[in-house]
Amino acid sequence: MLKIGVFVCWCGSNIAATVDIDQVVAAAKLQPGVVMATGYQYMCSENGQSLMRKAVEEYKLDGVVICACSPRMHEATFRKNAQRVGLNPFMVEIANIREHCSWIHKDKEQGTIKAIALANAAIAKVSLNAPLISGESSVTKRALVIGGGIAGLQTALDIAEAGFEVDVVERQATIGGNMAKIDKTFPTLDCAACILTPKMVDAASHENIELITYSEVESVKGFVGSFKATIRKKARYVNEKTCTGCGLCMSKCPSKKSKNEFNLGLDNRTSIFIPFAQAIPNVAVIDPQSCIKLTRDKCGLCQSVCEVKAIDFTMQDEIIEREYGAIVVATGFKPIEVDAFDELGYTQNKDVITSLELERLMNAAGPTGGKLVKVSDGSHPTDITFIQCVGSRDCTSRGKEYCSKICCMYTCKHAMLIRDKYPDINVNVFYIDVRTPGKNYDEFYRRAVEDFGVNYIKGQVGKVYAEDGKLIVQGSDLITNEQIFIKSDMVVLASAIEPDPSAKKVASMLTASIDTNNFLTEAHAKLRPVESPTAGIFLSGVCQGPKDIPETVAQAGAAASKVIGLLVKNKLVTSPCIATTDELLCSGCSNCFNICPYGAIGYEDKLINDHGIRETRRIAVVNPALCQGCGACSVACPSGAMDLLGYTNKQIMAEVDAICKR
Amino acid sequence: MQEVKEFKPNIVAFCCNWCSYAGADLAGSSRLSYPADVKIIRVPCSGRVNPMFILKAFEKGADGVIICGCHPGDCHYNTGNFYARRRMTLLYSMLDYMGIEKGRTRVEWVSAAEGAKFSNVMNKFCGDIKELGECVKLGDIRCKD
Repeated sequence: MLKIGVFVCWCGSNIAATVDIDQVVAAAKLQPGVVMATGYQYMCSENGQSLMRKAVEEYKLDGVVICACSPRMHEATFRKNAQRVGLNPFMVEIANIREHCSWIHKDKEQGTIKAIALANAAIAKVSLNAPLISGESSVTKRALVIGGGIAGLQTALDIAEAGFEVDVVERQATIGGNMAKIDKTFPTLDCAACILTPKMVDAASHENIELITYSEVESVKGFVGSFKATIRKKARYVNEKTCTGCGLCMSKCPSKKSKNEFNLGLDNRTSIFIPFAQAIPNVAVIDPQSCIKLTRDKCGLCQSVCEVKAIDFTMQDEIIEREYGAIVVATGFKPIEVDAFDELGYTQNKDVITSLELERLMNAAGPTGGKLVKVSDGSHPTDITFIQCVGSRDCTSRGKEYCSKICCMYTCKHAMLIRDKYPDINVNVFYIDVRTPGKNYDEFYRRAVEDFGVNYIKGQVGKVYAEDGKLIVQGSDLITNEQIFIKSDMVVLASAIEPDPSAKKVASMLTASIDTNNFLTEAHAKLRPVESPTAGIFLSGVCQGPKDIPETVAQAGAAASKVIGLLVKNKLVTSPCIATTDELLCSGCSNCFNICPYGAIGYEDKLINDHGIRETRRIAVVNPALCQGCGACSVACPSGAMDLLGYTNKQIMAEVDAICKR
Repeated sequence: MQEVKEFKPNIVAFCCNWCSYAGADLAGSSRLSYPADVKIIRVPCSGRVNPMFILKAFEKGADGVIICGCHPGDCHYNTGNFYARRRMTLLYSMLDYMGIEKGRTRVEWVSAAEGAKFSNVMNKFCGDIKELGECVKLGDIRCKD
């Protein structure tokens, strides 16, 4: 029988306040195989760890149970500690008596009973543990970045600078993402293009970066170190290599009625188009929905005027298959649809616009050449009202419960820019709270109020309606406790942001988890903020949660450093918790082969000595490099030949026994 | 007068490592309480749960068994939770045949971000099991007091 040591952590008062540690220790000592048990204030501290090491040596322990916080927190810590003293790391089991017990049960008696049951289950399991040896797998030294906005580009540049090859897959015809649409950035008021476009050029010209634009990742197979991705490169109908971006085709195209997505539909574009002047690649693309040649087989003007013969109407989608060691998700965000906010009249009044639309209206490269005019009649506005938190901090079904984080600052920026450029325009801002946590952010907000005379009104807006050629914003002023009616020429809605709709699909393709708002979840909120719980998948930018540009760039760099840390390794240690076959029981029925999602099971004819009978049998063989340890085969096996190391049938049964024992 | 002892059900919860176990952790770190009768066993995937484990639990005196996995389509191992669901559907009818009420077993999808859902699910399940009372069909009554 194994000699087991049990260590019960107080976790300060986190556990000790609702679990009687002495009782757990006393109960553990009664369990078969337990040769020592003790409590300690902080098992994860160096003192706690050395206590464990000393006990392993003193009592010659073969198994250790730590009753402490979640194994997701410190299992690795204690397993590494076991290794330091020569104990196989997989002879350590954790009983989760913090997250699953002391933190949720206020009654100390009940908490103690449960903690004892959980400790007993872990003791029962560890007594059936066997030492496991980790395997090794190779690393493909190439990274995939999904999304070519500022987050994806920064991550790609940082990885490329470290000497690894990176592919950036972007769904749109150009890289740049949302930041390319922005006019100026807070709190410095430098123009977004001036800081983004050089980065776009850097990425395009970097020898280690390949930009795969107008493409989507269709499927990803494999695991950390060796992912296989299938990328669909959509037909552009324009040869990327020969097109010079001269724009002649755009000037000749007769189909001019498509909404210009880049300007959020504020103006129109032709069917063959370059998304914006600084697009990379600076290559035209044909919109197959509106092109007269592709829809009705007429026209073809662009083809005849193109001097380099770049246009090819027969172009087909192309499938690219590549292998990667790591994948970074940088799918970004989109502003929510504000149509549902009926009372704010976005759909009824042309002069009610969203903040991103205002961004385009104020941009020198925008539909009005940077001149701020009313969308309805092109006249100069004299009163503009901003409405904050449209859909943010809104628990109804039309909004988002979270704070979108960037709106307070960009509204402040808009207000300031308008007052600076057009001092005759009165600017009012309705807000719930003004949130300015960030370097130089509150100073920026104070400047808007004190130096630029922006009128901030604490309160929410109930209604926006048209009256006598003006928009009336009806709201409550919480400071004066009055209903107010503000005449405006334009109303700007600070719409909440949400993850790009592709995030959900990408997450399930990568088996990375997402939260209820479709943001990708990090492996640990504080300690592993740029890693997904799925090994080899990293998170960059707003796909993980709302962020402004400085934070996005910082996180993108952090994600890149994690990727570099992975790619620099020649071998990865793989989990030894994989399926195994009992050759005497296996009948070669193929059930396991059929259920395995990784194709990790094959068959071999093996000479078996079954209690003296020697015969050749077809036996299932698990490929340790492919097996991910899900255990599906162990349940599908009708003869019980397949088992999962680390979570064997016997171990789980022993846990069930221990828990059910009264 | 005989003392009426409050019935404390014994509930086993199998939680997959990637979603539900993390959801339970989140319930813990958010201090969202549920009855201490629920004890969690960590498995790599809901597809790892062999129906034998459930029968074993009832045999050993469990009053309810719940399996929690990732939402359909979100399984870390792609398909494990689909198999779990199908397998459990078959097991329901077998348990029914054996006289174990359908409400004593349940499959729930709880993601890593759904701490509140985990707590709600467990509160509800515990309440339901309390109403059903002790499970005596499979259990060895000689072992009980």
